[in-house]
Parts: sequence; C-alpha cells; structure tokens
Amino acid sequence: MIKQLAVIFFTMILVDNYVLSKFLGICPFLGVSKKLDSAVGMSLAVVFVMVMATAATWPIQTFLLDPNGMGYLQTIVFILIIAILVQLLENFLKKFIPALYRSLGVYLPLITTNCTILGVTILNIDNEYNFIESIVCAAGAGLGFLVAMVLFSGVRRRVEQARPPECFKGLPITLVAAAMTSLSFMGFGGIVDAIFG
Amino acid sequence: MNPILMAIILVTAIGLIGAVILVAASIFMYVPVDERVEQITAVLPGANCGACGCAGCADYAKNVVENGAPVNKCVPGGAAVAAKVAAVMGVEAGASVPQKAVVACSGTCGKTSKKYEFEGIKTCQSVKGLYGGDGACTFGCLGYGDCTRACPFDAIHVVDGVAKVDREKCVGCGACAAACPNHIISIIPEPVKNPKRPRPVVLCQNKNKGADTRKACTAGCIGCMKCAKACKLGAITVENFLAHIDQEKCVGCYLCVKECPMQVIHIPANEA
Repeated sequence: MIKQLAVIFFTMILVDNYVLSKFLGICPFLGVSKKLDSAVGMSLAVVFVMVMATAATWPIQTFLLDPNGMGYLQTIVFILIIAILVQLLENFLKKFIPALYRSLGVYLPLITTNCTILGVTILNIDNEYNFIESIVCAAGAGLGFLVAMVLFSGVRRRVEQARPPECFKGLPITLVAAAMTSLSFMGFGGIVDAIFG
Repeated sequence: MNPILMAIILVTAIGLIGAVILVAASIFMYVPVDERVEQITAVLPGANCGACGCAGCADYAKNVVENGAPVNKCVPGGAAVAAKVAAVMGVEAGASVPQKAVVACSGTCGKTSKKYEFEGIKTCQSVKGLYGGDGACTFGCLGYGDCTRACPFDAIHVVDGVAKVDREKCVGCGACAAACPNHIISIIPEPVKNPKRPRPVVLCQNKNKGADTRKACTAGCIGCMKCAKACKLGAITVENFLAHIDQEKCVGCYLCVKECPMQVIHIPANEA
C-alpha cells in the first residue's frame, strides 16, 4: 500500500509532471515564473488548492454523479465545486490564518480557473484511484508543479542574461527554454518503476 | 425522471448550495477592513515606486493606518499627497521636502575618454566588473543606463555619455541611486528656505590625486582647495582630493562656483 502510494507520488512529481509532461497549467508556468518568490508563492497555493479540490470532488463523483449515471456532468460540476472551494478557502484563510493568506496573496484567486487543478481532479477519477491515492496524487502533482516552477524561474534568469537574436526576444525564447526543460524531464521516464519496482 | 431535467436540477442545486455556503462564510468570517486604507490608497499616486520604504502604495496606506507610519513619506506625491493622507488620518501633515536626484559626474564624451571598447552586456553593472568600467575615470558615470531602466518615471537618461536627470519628471524616489554601481547619484532636497538661491553641488566623484584626475577627465575635481578657501561659511570640505558641499551650511553665494578652475561645481536646479 505504502509502496503504491510512493510510486504514485513520485511519478506525479518526476515522470508525469503536470506542467512538463502533460502540458497543463502552462499559463502560470510562463506568467508567474519570472521571479523565484512569486513562483514559489503560486506553487504553494496550487499544492494547497489541488489537495483540497481533490478531497472535495472525489466524493461528489463517487457518491453523487456515478450512482445517478451523470458522469458526463463531471467537467461543469468540478469547475463549479473548485470555484466555490477557492472562494471559501480565501474567506477562511483571511479570517483564521491571515499569515498564510498574506503569503499566498493574489495567487489564490488566480488559480480558481487553473486547468491543472481541474486536470488533477478529473485524471484522478479516470485513473480509478481510491480516495487516499487521489489525495497523494494531488499532493504529488502540486509538488511537481512547484519543482517545475522553481526550475524554470532559474532557467528564465539565465535566459534574461543572454542575448538571443532579435526575433527570439521575449516570449519565443521563453517557449524554447520551456521546451528544453520539458525535454529534460523525459529523462525521468521509467526511473520511478526502476526504483520501486 | 427526465435525465436532462435531472442534470439541470443537480447543477442548480450545487450552485445554490455553494452560494448559500459562500454567503454564510462571508458573513461569519467577515474581516473588518479599515476603510481609511482604501481612501489613502486612492489618493496616493499609485506608482508603486517604493520610495516610502514599503512594498507599494497599498502597503504604505496599510502601514499608515495600522502601524502609524508618517503621512509625509510619499516622495512622488510630495506635499499635496501628504496633505490628503493627513486629511484622511485627521493629523497634521508635517513638512514634505521635495527631493531630486543629482548625478555627480560632469565627464561628458568630449571631456573624458574610453580606455577600452566594451563588447559585453550593455549594463553599467557588467561593465563595472571589467577593470572598474570602460571609462578613463573609474569613479564617474558609466553611461550604460542602469538608472534609466530603474527609473519608474522616465526621468533620467544618458545624454552625451553621462546620465542626466529630467528635474521636471524626477520625484526623488531614489531608484536610480540604488541602481548605480558607482553610487554617483544622490537624492538632494530642494532648497526650501531660499528657493531663489539653490545650492551648488560638486559634480564629480573622482577621489584620485589631482594630476591623475586631470589625466582621466578635463571636468574632474582635482582637490585644489580653492573652493574651500573661498567659502566664507566653511561649508566646503575637501577629502580624498574631492570637494564636498554641506547643503545645510551653504546659503548659495556661488563664490565657489566662480572660483573652481575645473568648472565642476554646478547648480543643478538652474540647469534643468
């Protein structure tokens, strides 16, 4: 059991990294990765909301949608649930954990409509994970996002120092750098199975 | 039951339940926000320059209300904004002295020369790392515009090899002074007591001996002491072959300006 959870966890971080392998959440990946501290802030908010969203959507899918044969409503219901959840979470943090609220700052409402969150919740259902596995998967996916953001903010600092050809300046060179970072993560393919299998 | 109807009911129900929860949450978990914070944020310039020492205008407003920060810290806004902030807070504004950046270097292209051709990244920071810069004088303006990029108000530009401050636009936030690797930009308060006689400033930072300074630049302070002797108030001191004018003691008689053989003492306010 523990071994299986560990396999899921590390697979989500390294092999099936949501940003670099599944190409979800590219918008914050390119938008918020300019500075290390904002990248970390955003990523922590994503980890937090991913776990909470999975904890909320898994029971709804399993106990409400599936028994009534309404699995096709998954996308719209999940979006609704995640939006409500983030709003609720924001209110809650503001009142009870102001320190965390301040450090997450504007990133919390920003990820209301982040596709990685929706992606994790839906893929958890598609992979037929049970509740515990879903939570571990969500935490791993969130940490994978954090790793990708932190690595890429370092890459971007180097890119800013360099002088690419005029036509590559700005977004094009950033996309090329993102592609290379993504390629480098292909090297992790099979590593988790080799360690735990 | 009709599946379409069922789906509509389900989604509506989830939406309604969510709405009820959110409304309840916003009532039960209401955090009182001091409305003065928003009022102050509204009167601040919104440049987020950080001259007040806070992370931005909203942060400064919060500091004023919650931590009792002084109301006259907004440099770009000056006295007008200080008065508005004071009105919101119901306190006296206190004096807000306008400040301007002054670049202490007169070494324009004709007056000093390059000691090598720099082919790296065009920033002052990186050229400074290579033998103290490409200019013959290692103290002066490097001329690659780190200050221009740092300025949030587009008020400083490199003209003829030396950074020049647009005193109309400059608000004295000090972003350029922090960016300059040679630390030649200082923020000098405008003369309030006697505005018709603005204070002169020595526009040179060269601390080498007179002969070495003269070799590097024809517009450098050589530390000849003439200005110090001419000053009747003892406002000028010469240290490390570089004159410095004490802005507090100076009354603006301009004897030093006339006396300086290198014409390196300027009156920045009159040159705008």
